[in-house]
Amino acid sequence: MARTRPEPVQVVKQRRDAALNALVHGVPYVQFMGIEFERRGDELTAIMPFDEKLIGNPMLPALHGGAIAGFLETTAVIGLAWSVLWEEIETGVLDADELALGYLPRLPKTIDFNIDYLRSGLPRDAYARARVNRSGRRYASVHVEAWQDQRAKLFAQATGHFLMPARKDG
Amino acid sequence: MNPEKARMAEQFINAIPHCKALGMTLTDIGDGIAEMELPYDLRIVGDPETGVLHGGAVSALMDTCCGAAAMSHPSSPAGTATIDLRIDYMRAATPGQTVRTRAECYHITRSVAFVRATAMDDDTDRPVATATGAFTVEGKR
Repeated sequence: MARTRPEPVQVVKQRRDAALNALVHGVPYVQFMGIEFERRGDELTAIMPFDEKLIGNPMLPALHGGAIAGFLETTAVIGLAWSVLWEEIETGVLDADELALGYLPRLPKTIDFNIDYLRSGLPRDAYARARVNRSGRRYASVHVEAWQDQRAKLFAQATGHFLMPARKDG
Repeated sequence: MNPEKARMAEQFINAIPHCKALGMTLTDIGDGIAEMELPYDLRIVGDPETGVLHGGAVSALMDTCCGAAAMSHPSSPAGTATIDLRIDYMRAATPGQTVRTRAECYHITRSVAFVRATAMDDDTDRPVATATGAFTVEGKR
């Protein structure tokens, strides 16, 4: 029994990156904040490069708590949407080429979001990763960790609950 | 709150770069209560299909308003920083409408200010979001 030949690596990468790119760059607020995502396999790291407009306390200076909240919420929503998309792209339920053309699936809706500010946000780049702790048909729970210079020293963390978009199949 | 302190607080808040970038303004402040508004803006939309504002922009509005309420409390000597903030999103803000929020510092100790806030659009009967948070009380102890 002959196995189907695996696709060339660049084809797979190109498809996944195009899907992620469409997902991230389709949201005006994400663009406004300058947030980007880096992908390693299915793992995403969100990056918020420092910008003057993210400052909340010019005297210290420190990042605005609201900017940090927005960064973490974006990381959670994109991370959650991506985890669902990943499955659908890999199993062929969703066409990644259509996705890249802007036919985006509905994003999860935030029900609540709880942010802990552990230390003040320094005026430099920030990073965050989301972990989907529970992903059901209707509800999901996501935890986010954010850091700056040192991965082990979080400057903020958050937990949020999300309402999943209704699926086509049922 | 005396008018001088209120004017200073207003200047301070309206000069915050992130608030300026989002276009939010302080509309009222005094004795542990603050009101702010965020006009609708296409740049901060979270869902391009519906045009609904992103939760992050609403979070920034509520965080700032809660911080302002904490600072304006008679027992608060100076600045503040957010310890934690929980936001509940009740419904999507109607596209095109200004989001207004009112925050109240309902308890304050030497170290912590407890604040809650509600955000609305033109339909004031149904809140868009509520928030509760704890803020630091700086400069005393």
